[in-house]
Amino acid sequence: MEHTSLLERILRGAALTLVVIFFMFPIVWILMMSFQTNETILRIPPQLVFKPTLANYTALITGKLTTAAGTLDIAFMRNLWNSVFLSVTSVAVALLLGVPAAYAFARHKFRGSEDIAFTLLSFRFAPALLVLLPLTLYFQKLGLANTYIGLIWVYQLICLPLILWIVRGYFEDIPADIEYAYRIAGHSWFATFRKIALPLAGPGIAAAGLLAFIFAWNNFIFALVLASADKQPVTVGALAFITSSGIQYGQISAAIVLSITPTLALALYAQRYLVEGLSLGAVKG
Amino acid sequence: MASLELRNVVKRYKSQTVLDNLSLSVADGETLVLFGPSGAGKTVLLRLVAGVIDPDEGKIFIGGEDMTDLDAEFRGVGMAFQNFALFPHMTAFDNIATPLQAKRSSQNAMKAGVESVAKLLKIGHVLSHKPRALSNGQKQRTALARALVGSPPVLLLDDPLRNVDAKLRFEMRLELPRLLADRGATVVYVTQDYKEAMALGDRIAVMSQGVIKQLGTPEQIYREPANIEIARLFGDPTINLLDVKPSRDAKGIYVGLSNVQVHLTGAYDATVGRDCVIGLRPEALRFVDDGTPAAIPVTIEAETPLNEKIVTLVRTVRGREILVSRPAGTAGQIEGRAHIAVDGKGALLFDRASGDRIGSKNVVNLHSGEAA
Repeated sequence: MEHTSLLERILRGAALTLVVIFFMFPIVWILMMSFQTNETILRIPPQLVFKPTLANYTALITGKLTTAAGTLDIAFMRNLWNSVFLSVTSVAVALLLGVPAAYAFARHKFRGSEDIAFTLLSFRFAPALLVLLPLTLYFQKLGLANTYIGLIWVYQLICLPLILWIVRGYFEDIPADIEYAYRIAGHSWFATFRKIALPLAGPGIAAAGLLAFIFAWNNFIFALVLASADKQPVTVGALAFITSSGIQYGQISAAIVLSITPTLALALYAQRYLVEGLSLGAVKG
Repeated sequence: MASLELRNVVKRYKSQTVLDNLSLSVADGETLVLFGPSGAGKTVLLRLVAGVIDPDEGKIFIGGEDMTDLDAEFRGVGMAFQNFALFPHMTAFDNIATPLQAKRSSQNAMKAGVESVAKLLKIGHVLSHKPRALSNGQKQRTALARALVGSPPVLLLDDPLRNVDAKLRFEMRLELPRLLADRGATVVYVTQDYKEAMALGDRIAVMSQGVIKQLGTPEQIYREPANIEIARLFGDPTINLLDVKPSRDAKGIYVGLSNVQVHLTGAYDATVGRDCVIGLRPEALRFVDDGTPAAIPVTIEAETPLNEKIVTLVRTVRGREILVSRPAGTAGQIEGRAHIAVDGKGALLFDRASGDRIGSKNVVNLHSGEAA
């Protein structure tokens, strides 16, 4: 067994604490701010001891923001719901389209397949602002502006290339012989896809889906331009806290806490798959 | 039940031709061994038959029916892969059961089928394990069981003993012929091990660079190899190959080996004055007393006792090295000078330029006369 002296253990503990404090401080600070009023937050010097209040959370949940200038309606819960709906639907659509496409790109090298795959990836290279103006004009003509369908469609620019390229790598890692063996045993190519390729690439698909979800959740610019208040996700909705009577730090903090909760919960739940999926050797028996 | 035939099959990858206009037929119930170095196209040929890759030209018939354009799942063949290709997320039982599942067998029939073939291959106790918990030998048997379980009329075995240890390989080499004969299936067996080829094949097809160089019974391949390359591949220790130039005298055609004239009988008239190579199997040579007619003087260099035979490396007066093999337990000199004589049976004559064997099908008979 490795021998460690008491001093070594103490130093190691101190170093670890330092690292944790460094990385966790902003999150802890936001969590603390979310339980304070604007006045206590802005007090100088800042105080670690305060009387916690749930006013920020109640304001968000009831949708009534009380400021010095009067009462203001905010649609935060609506925004949160929009975020969940848009992200979940976008990832679902992207998985539905992307996974079979990834399988096709991995297993069937047809003329131009590399070019098509690369073109899809290149959607991620262009700055979003570059495509937004023409996209807005088209969407207004097509009647897709300010609709969920339009937004989910645009979100495919974020999700689809990500899923396609990650999942394709996992399919390529499955030895072709394993699929051949299943075909020779008398199963159709579709059964082989369902019973062999999908389960073996499962961890990779879960990892890609989670990453796509996080990217979709964090998106700001598409929704800002293409959606109006009732379709906007939390990232855009947070702008409402910059009011005429000042920035509502307490509500912003509470909003941040509420909006990182779903992704955090999902990441914690899928952690096992993520680690399994992002490290190689999952397939090799 | 099902014969197998390939007619003028061509397969290319990019500009490289992997199978070059290859034709082959395997009779119903026959075991044909495909033997050859890696890259000869053996595995590609099996995959073409299985239907997982398509030929560029030519036709494939199974049981007399044209299967060229039929997908793999409709061909009814069983295949065992060199790397086993087990499904890592399924238990050994589920792995073996996949061909029965495809046939929509009932649960009971499936259980009975899997268990009987597992018992035959002695893996009944590991059926609930996933592949990663199996030893290499068990994996190999699971893969074999999966190929056998549906009783396919055609079995394709791609070097199934390659990745298992020597002891198991030896055991399986003994068990497999009976197992395959009991099944009555038409078998194509790929291997790079000449002993495996000799032990299992009714016939052996020697492949090299996408073509079949020789097709025949194990006996024919060993006794009458088509060329030097094949003669060298079959046999352990390797055949002795010596450059000779046959001449003619009153008694007939002869070759000079260390100042001793060794006369050949057979249709060798055309070889006079040509550059040839004589092939002598180590077991076709024997030690003799000095004074025996046609005895070739040699110096013993080294001796390797193997279990069933003793191999001696000797050097002729011209400095050429020759391997002589004799059964274990027989007496023999271990050092110094000795004499060897050529036994009639194993001598083969090849053309040096082309490497092809010269002469008719019958085994070469030699009778020797002492040098003048």
